[in-house]
Amino acid sequence: MPQVNMTVNGKSASGQIEGRTLLVEFLRETLGLTGTHVGCDTSQCGACVVHVDGRAVKACTMFAAEAEGAEVLTIESMAAPDGTLNTIQQAFQDHHGLQCGFCTPGMVMSAAALLAENPKPTEAEVRNYLEGNICRCTGYHNIVKAILAASGQDVSAIAAE
Amino acid sequence: MPKDGGIGASTKRREDVRFLTGTGNYTDDINLRGQAYVHFLRSDVAHGKINKVDTEAASGMPGVLRIFTGADFEGVGSIPCGWQVTDRFGEVMQEPAHPVLAQGKVRHVGDPIAAIVAETYMQARDAAEAIEYDIDELPAVVNMKDALKEGAPKVHDDLKNNLCYDWGFVEENKAAVNEAFEKAAHVTTLELVNNRLIANPMEPRVAVGDFNRSTGDSTLYTTSQNPHVIRLLMGAFVLGIPEHKLRVVSPDVGGGFGTKIFHYAEEAFCTFAAKALNRPVKWTSTRSEAFMSDAHGRDHVTKIELALDKDNNFTALRTDTHANMGAYLSTFAPSVPTWLHGTLMAGNYKTPLIYVNVKAVFTNTVPVDAYRGAGRPEATYQLERVIDKAARELGVDPIALRRQNFITEFPYATPVAVEYDTGDYNATMDKLEEIADFKGFAARRKASEAKGMLRGLGINCYIEACGIAPSNLVGQLGARAGLYESATVRVNATGGLVVMTGSHSHGQGHETAFPQVIAEMIGIDADMVEIVHGDTGNAPMGMGTYGSRSLAVGGSAMVRATEKIINKAKKIAAHLMEASEADIELKDGAFSVAGTDKSVAWGDVTLAAYVPHNYPLEDIEPGLEETAFYDPSNFTYPSGAYACEVEVDPDTGRVTIERFSAADDFGNIVNPMIVSGQVHGGIGQGIGQALLEACAYDENGQLQTGSYMDYAMPRADDVPFYTVDHSCQTPCTHNPLGVKGCGEAGAIGSPPAVVNAVIDALQSGGKNVTHIDMPLSPSRVWDAMQG
Repeated sequence: MPQVNMTVNGKSASGQIEGRTLLVEFLRETLGLTGTHVGCDTSQCGACVVHVDGRAVKACTMFAAEAEGAEVLTIESMAAPDGTLNTIQQAFQDHHGLQCGFCTPGMVMSAAALLAENPKPTEAEVRNYLEGNICRCTGYHNIVKAILAASGQDVSAIAAE
Repeated sequence: MPKDGGIGASTKRREDVRFLTGTGNYTDDINLRGQAYVHFLRSDVAHGKINKVDTEAASGMPGVLRIFTGADFEGVGSIPCGWQVTDRFGEVMQEPAHPVLAQGKVRHVGDPIAAIVAETYMQARDAAEAIEYDIDELPAVVNMKDALKEGAPKVHDDLKNNLCYDWGFVEENKAAVNEAFEKAAHVTTLELVNNRLIANPMEPRVAVGDFNRSTGDSTLYTTSQNPHVIRLLMGAFVLGIPEHKLRVVSPDVGGGFGTKIFHYAEEAFCTFAAKALNRPVKWTSTRSEAFMSDAHGRDHVTKIELALDKDNNFTALRTDTHANMGAYLSTFAPSVPTWLHGTLMAGNYKTPLIYVNVKAVFTNTVPVDAYRGAGRPEATYQLERVIDKAARELGVDPIALRRQNFITEFPYATPVAVEYDTGDYNATMDKLEEIADFKGFAARRKASEAKGMLRGLGINCYIEACGIAPSNLVGQLGARAGLYESATVRVNATGGLVVMTGSHSHGQGHETAFPQVIAEMIGIDADMVEIVHGDTGNAPMGMGTYGSRSLAVGGSAMVRATEKIINKAKKIAAHLMEASEADIELKDGAFSVAGTDKSVAWGDVTLAAYVPHNYPLEDIEPGLEETAFYDPSNFTYPSGAYACEVEVDPDTGRVTIERFSAADDFGNIVNPMIVSGQVHGGIGQGIGQALLEACAYDENGQLQTGSYMDYAMPRADDVPFYTVDHSCQTPCTHNPLGVKGCGEAGAIGSPPAVVNAVIDALQSGGKNVTHIDMPLSPSRVWDAMQG
């Protein structure tokens, strides 16, 4: 079986894998990074979003071999080493932007990519950007609100409770 | 002033930290040493006779450990149904067998034919392609009315026909209802479809079976809303494993919405195969498999008639529904169109006479069972659509017509066998008028029209029966289980509490909300209370989480157990302070003697319970642990009023939700933030049903919506911000917390509001459209506009 090498969350990672192994399978099964989830098999749901060389990527949509030499960031890298949540994670908790938590890693990774390219998005821009991330619990209200809050915008006018 | 802790505080969720950092423990995250993987070969035809399943070539493929077929499950039990409905002639329903793997026939696309267990998942999948099977395709029945025709192909050859039951409720009222219709000044009739849906929790189902050869114990890790129920059903009825030799664990579960209540064949298979192979066996559903193996929801076809007198009072209601059961009876399927639907047909109104007829039908489709709301959305949709249509026919204001017919005195016994304890339907409607800004609607409509759009306002009222359910009552109605809940409260020597509950959290935030209640009762910090759920090895028994029951039933069990703890702790405190037990007061985590300055802290008492040096050993045992079972005396009846405002593009039929407002009465509220989140999610699903979602089969029983490419899940850009309010509170009178439950309301209350809004928009544009079946896709709306 071929060998694949990449950097995951700042550490070098390698493994012997079948060529057909998806990046998400490599992360979950080979590296044991189970924070990245699999919610579908047609690249629709976005539960598996990670960052590959700074871009948000659905990890079910690329082979692990395609990430050879890449810098990969997963949800496990987002909090500080002491466990302190980053701004986006904290906003999700503050604004109840998650319920069952299954889509959450993908949502946070997508939100991070959005805010990196568009630091002050409008509501419509947030909703549009999340088109590839499905949540079944929240009706999106608090996810959109949390991302707007994480961007430093005042969300107090958005209907709260 | 908002509270910062205890009951009524929007405490931030403690479980969020692990979910936000990728450290949750979902079932697919569990991998056991020596684990093998199973892949199910599933039928690609809806109905067929199995002539041959040849596994010989596949068995020799790399990594294959064993291939199982239906023959391996001869003598193993059938997947059981948990509810037996008696029809209107006094006969029990027809109940077919449901083998773990298909035997003799396949009955829906997705029915498992063989199970390949291999060293790796990929090897199992590869081997599946080498299985040679020969299936004679038979004509399939998909449409319910066709399935009931004389001579229709039978889904189950050993049953009389495809009719599961023909249920009438209340049968004795039928003649009086018919008479009322003859005398009516006006009758409004509506035929409608409650579209078939797929629950689609974001986490697909997973099962990991394990067998311990040294003890003979089996363990099943599974994505369930109710692990104790799975233990009972699978252990007692399928595999014959006594409960003390079977543990079922459901750790973090990524959403349920009903479809993870039921006991599924894959759970029984993994448990069975783990013992047969003496290795853990894991199955992880793909989303494609989920579409053809998770129980679906809704799928009712109904004719509803509403009779009114000359003053527009509702005098009678009559419904005729066909309800799809699919190919087999899923765990609670028979109860959904009957006791969770017929009993709700009074809605918020004092209609004196009601008759509901339901014919449940077998078809060559995936089994249909409870999905968020389960029967109550179907009831609400019919009722609130026909009322809206009646208002238009009579030329009266739909809100005024509703208000005129509201039940206003409580308790209220409906003609469909339930008694509402409390409610104030005018109050939630008043609140809705305020938060939805009805006054500003005319101006908003004008603004829409100025840009060439049609704007509509739709309203809806709902009542639901939840907090499921009094065991003696549901027993009479055919339930094969009790519907109490249990809790064990274990107080440790140093004062912290571990609460083991049969309720299960799969997004509802129990780990945060439940401690708020207990901490307030004792007067300690909520961080001192830990909730343990999802493991039959911990909680004594549990009926699980569905039917908006966790706080109303499970929370009540916790309150009762905590009361027992407090009573015992007071005895210990009285002993420590040499006072009479009757004089002991508990406040802010300290026990004091009334009228004195004597006091002992909570931790002093808990320590004494475990280090009983100075202790009333002659009266009470050491230790501080109590269990309570709580069986509710009635359902709870949350209610509310919802408003939806839409814009319809007359050129394309595209509907946009512009505003959505919900005024709910959930009784007392423990965590308003969590309650709002539950309502938001329900509204999102309701909008999905109304505008986007439909599970479709072709006439041959092929599933046409088998992935997210074809099944339109609501996305962030399909919905607006919602305005929700739950300040109208009429507490439940029969549970200790006065709570009613909030989990399903949004999904129940929103579809009719959306459809009513679209009809209003179209009529405002001069289109004579009185009904469109959900989902209101642009093509359906456009077609309707063309008349």
